[in-house]
Formats: sequence, structure tokens, C-alpha cells
Amino acid sequence: MTSVKNTNRRERTIWTILTVLVLVYALFPVASIFATSFKLPSDLSTGKFLPTTWSPANYEQILVGNAQELFLSALRNSVGIALIATFIAVVLATLCAYAIARLDFPGKKLVLTTALAVSIFPVISIVTPLFNLWRRIGLYDTWPGLIIPYLSLTLPISIWTLAAFFRQIPWELEQAAQVDGATTWQAFRKAVVPLAAPGVFTTAIIAFFIAWNDFVYGISLTSTQAARPVPAALAFFTGASQFEAPTGAISAAAIIVTIPVVLLVVLFQRQIVSGLTQGAVKG
Amino acid sequence: MTVTTRQKQAPEAVRPGGRQYSDRTRAERRLGWLLAGPAFVVMLAVTAYPILQAVYDSLFQYRLTAPQDREFIGLRNYAVVLTDEVFWRDLGVTLLITVVTVAVELVLGFALALVMHKALTSVRGLLRTAILVPYGIITVVSAFAWFYAFDINSGYVNHWFNWVPGISPDLNWFADTWTALFVIMASEIWKTTPFISLLLLAGLAQVPDELTEAAEVDGATWWERMRRVVLPNMKAAIMVAVLFRALDAFRIFDNIFIMTKGAYGTETLSLLAYRTSIGRLEIGLGSAISVVLFICVLLICFIAIKLFKVDLAGARGEKS
Repeated sequence: MTSVKNTNRRERTIWTILTVLVLVYALFPVASIFATSFKLPSDLSTGKFLPTTWSPANYEQILVGNAQELFLSALRNSVGIALIATFIAVVLATLCAYAIARLDFPGKKLVLTTALAVSIFPVISIVTPLFNLWRRIGLYDTWPGLIIPYLSLTLPISIWTLAAFFRQIPWELEQAAQVDGATTWQAFRKAVVPLAAPGVFTTAIIAFFIAWNDFVYGISLTSTQAARPVPAALAFFTGASQFEAPTGAISAAAIIVTIPVVLLVVLFQRQIVSGLTQGAVKG
Repeated sequence: MTVTTRQKQAPEAVRPGGRQYSDRTRAERRLGWLLAGPAFVVMLAVTAYPILQAVYDSLFQYRLTAPQDREFIGLRNYAVVLTDEVFWRDLGVTLLITVVTVAVELVLGFALALVMHKALTSVRGLLRTAILVPYGIITVVSAFAWFYAFDINSGYVNHWFNWVPGISPDLNWFADTWTALFVIMASEIWKTTPFISLLLLAGLAQVPDELTEAAEVDGATWWERMRRVVLPNMKAAIMVAVLFRALDAFRIFDNIFIMTKGAYGTETLSLLAYRTSIGRLEIGLGSAISVVLFICVLLICFIAIKLFKVDLAGARGEKS
């Protein structure tokens, strides 16, 4: 009896240690930049993890202070461009994945392999021609100038993830609707859309993460606050004065753009995991 | 070219019933292309067109600072790239980063996947949520977090690990190739291991429990069960995870740009292409580098598919 209890307790201890280890692994860098974001410039070189005094000065600087315009315009660009690119990708991918999962048409495999090929494409390879073309036709440093290339990032993964989701939907419902006299389109709208909505939503989150994360397009295809998204803006951020490193302000901005990520992850952990694994490896 | 080579990999789609060209079949085919067409066209427009343009541009001497001097020079840009020491050094750095990060991520990701797979239901959600934070976080943010932690001015790592030989408060991690690459790879590994571990978790879930239980009854140790039962059964998942991560690691850019901008011998091919085209406005030469990079990616894919028989299409859900 006692030996069983002992192994149980030992197992519990091992699991607690493992859980703590995983948590430290996953959250330590975030905690690190979080701590940095509250450090005053004088506090930066102490060699300590935590600030000696927790100061909101860096957040003030980027939200209401002299770096406000720089950061808030970048934030607006990031949110707007990422949301629009996600929306377009998910709409196109939903139609496409429905056709792939449901309809029999020649070229189905061609569409899927194209999506696969596009998703492994080295981004930097298409930046040079786009840079040149965008300058000629006036898309350089504009929202559409980023939204269009972002589709190369968001569309393929959306198609794969949604096609995997759609294969699991009980399609008898659609057939039932068609038997009841609905056209293919009506059946799609009335019977399929409600069933497919969770998959579409999950796909949108994953696509948003990818668009939100972009850096190469952001620094290459923009030059001003008109369209420069946050990651690119952070890379070119120069402190309050040329004598002061922008460490604190960048850390504060980094924490602010991490908030939506953490919120989405906390709220939709289950969906994101199933979306990522279904789109990738399916049993 | 890519499309046809990989198309062979995709297994036959399941066709319900025989094929009759009734009105209904025709309508279905039309609807199929009507729905899938826009996405297909957009994908080609945002990748195939630019890469073809890059191939064309790479045949010219073409600088944006002197656009009127544009001149057709055939393959001379490629000759310049391939005879340049910098290119080969950058290719070496890129390959080194790819191999090291993917190897470490595979081991670490597998450990994480095992923990999540076996975890009690009470902490499973917590673990997955935590794991998804690095996955979702912006790479540039991760780069800054690691950079500031190691930085000689604002960091604390030097103070914490003062007792380790070689580390002192004066160590400037970003002024030497190997220490800089160490931090760059640490950030890359931290950010992307969750993705690989989720793929491996899905692979683990596919290993039938009866197999491992039977092995346990037969007296196999944990290590034997892993090596003889679990790993062989998730070979496909491992291969796909490795290939995807390798292709992703091969285009590494963000972490290096933030931490060293490619200085001190940390430049990779992506940074070289960026520096040439966007930095120096050498469109012709930059396009040639872009095309070479693209060919490298194709080569990696080809090797993986031919040599290691990675069934991408099958593993990515085409077989249902």
C-alpha cells in the first residue's frame, strides 16, 4: 500500500517539476522583456532581471509621449493590414477548401500542391521584384502594397487548414438540404456555413498570427509611417534622443503587440492546437 | 516545375463512384473551379509572377541608382554571386543555423510533445496555452527579448552566469560570430520549437496505445518502447516536421536583422539578398541571389522527397 502511495507522490512531484519547466521555458523571454519595459534608462545597466523601481515611463513615451505618433501609426498599420490580409485569405480559402473537400473537379491536386509550394517559398525571393514593381506602380509604402504580398503567407496555410477541417464535416446535412430542394449554393450557405464556422474562425487566428509576425515585407516595402507595421517600426526605432538607447520604449512596444497574441492563445488554445495539427498531420 | 514534380507525390483523390459526364458532374466541375479559382490565381499572382520577374531581372545589370544603364549581361550576375566568397560564407552560416536549430528543436520538441501527451488533464490546457505563446509571438519581439537579456549594456545574463568560465560582465555576445550565432539560434529555437512539438504531438497521438502497452507487458523499458515502437510509428510526422522547419529555418532573417544586422560573420542568404537589393538597390544582382536562394529551397525539397521519401501531401491531410 505505502509503495503505491509513494510512487503516486513521486509521479506528482515529477509532473509538477515538468510543468514548471515547460512554463519557465515558454514564458521566460516574455517575462524578461516585460521586466525590461518597466526599467528606467538609469536602471538598464544594473545587470539585474527585475527593475529596481517599476516605472511606466516607457509606456507613456510610446502611448502619449514623443514616440506616440511613431508607435501608434505603426500599430494602426499592423492591425489594419493584418486584419484585411487575414480576412481576404480566409474568404478565398473557405471557398477553395470547400471545393477541395467536397466537389470533384480536375485540378484539385494542382491547387493543393500550389498552396504547399507557395507556403515554402522564400519570402526574400519575391521581395526584390515586388520592391521594384511597387515603386513603379505606386504601391510602395501603401496598405495594399503589404496586403497583397501578405496573401502569399496567409492564403496557403488557410487552404490547408480549412481543407482538413472541411473533410471532417458531416456532409449528409448538405445532401439532406439538397434533397429538400435547396440548390448547391443554398445548401452551402444554410447547412455548411454554420458547421464550418469554427474551423474558419480557427484558421483566421492562425492566418492573423502569420500576418502579424511579418517582418521582411514590412521593412522592404515601406519607408514611412504611412504603412510601416510594428515589427518593422521597432527595428528602426531610435530612442528619445540620440544619446539614449531605445531599449525601454522598444520593450514596452513589444509587450503591447504581444498582448493580442496572449489573449488569443489563452482564449482559443484548444482551437489553435487542433487547427495547427489538423492542417499539418492528420490521422 | 515545382508543381509538376510535387504533384506526383499527391495520392489519388478519392472519387466517389464512377465518372459520368452528366449535367450535374459538369455543374460540379464548373462550381469547383469557380470556388477554387480565385485562391489559385491569387497564389500564382503573388509568387509565380514575382519569381519569374526575378529570373528575368537577374539577367540584367540593373541598379536603381542608375536605371538608364540597364544592360543585358546574361548569366554574369550568377557568376559574380557564385564566385563571391561572401555568398559561400553566408550559405555556410545559413546551413549551419538550419542544421543546428532543427536538430535541437527536434529533440526539445519531442520532449515537449511527450510532456503534453502524458500530462494530466488538469494541466494539459495550461501547458498547451504556455507552449502557444512562443508560437504566436512576433519573431522580432523574441529577438529583442533575447538580445536585451544578453546585451552587454542592458543584459543580466553576463551577471547571472559570471561563474561559467568564459562569461564575464565584459563579454559582448554580439561582437563575435559564435556567441552571436548562439543567441540568434537560441531565439529561433525558442520561438519555433512549439510548432514542431505540436506536429510531433499529433504524430504521438497516432501511435496506437495497444502497441506501447503490449511492449510494456513484454517487459520493454521506456527507452526500448520509444525506440522500437513509438518512433518508427511516427516517422512520417517527424519527417514532415523536420522538412517544414528546415525550409523555414533556411530563410532565417528577423532574428539576425535585429541582433547583428548580419555583422561579425552572422549574415545568411536572406540577409545577403536584402542587403543587395533593398540596401544597395542592385536589383539585377539581388535578383540573382533571390533565384539562387529559391533553387536551394527546391533542392532541399527534392532531396527530402526523393531521398527520405517524405510524403508531404499525404501527411498534410490529402489522405483522408
